[in-house]
Amino acid sequence: MKRTRFTNAGGIALAAATIAALAGMPAAQAQSARSPAYTAARAAGQVGEQRDGYLGVVGSQSGEIAAMVRDINNQRRQVYTKASAGKSTIQEYAFTTGCKLIRDTRAGEKYQGLDGSWKTRGAGAPELDPRCP
Amino acid sequence: MTFRELTGTLPAAKDPVMNDGYSMTMQRKGIWSGRRAARAARIAGSMMAASGMFGVGGCIQVAAPDKPIVIELNINIRQEVVYRLAADAAKTVEQNEAIF
Repeated sequence: MKRTRFTNAGGIALAAATIAALAGMPAAQAQSARSPAYTAARAAGQVGEQRDGYLGVVGSQSGEIAAMVRDINNQRRQVYTKASAGKSTIQEYAFTTGCKLIRDTRAGEKYQGLDGSWKTRGAGAPELDPRCP
Repeated sequence: MTFRELTGTLPAAKDPVMNDGYSMTMQRKGIWSGRRAARAARIAGSMMAASGMFGVGGCIQVAAPDKPIVIELNINIRQEVVYRLAADAAKTVEQNEAIF
């Protein structure tokens, strides 16, 4: 919804949002931050960012974790589908987002390395796909 | 000769003894004569030509590759598109921070 508005109205909407953000006001349709369970699972390395832009379960985890990952991925797919419309394929959009998500991981969080295995983000830069921007 | 086999229901054997005289009788009566025979011959001819074409041109040779088939899963990612989307993707993540 909001994304579409941005796309259509271009800079005006973006400027308005920036002003709102600068003024310390929450953006109109911004969603709340991560759930505590998700935050904890990320910090514990139970879930990790995959190269394809979706969340993955690291190793064998509880059914709750797996269900949460599935739920988040369903929502991500919805977001990717909407956001990519008219711009690219869903897969390309998800991949691009995945690049950013892996780059934004914090130390201790897991991400999928170039060989497909789970890596723990250290202090340095993560292993990124060569196609990442 | 051929059209009888393709279009008629008459036995193919020519020996009257083998056919109980049926075939020769029919021929003598002149059932396959005139325009009908000509049309049947035309149809038979075209059918033979068609089958001949299939026989020669319809055969496709498929050679098995000698190298193992490697499927590149990310072949659909276009580099220029990824670069173009980068800013958009960052914005999307910000707007949906609960799930990213």
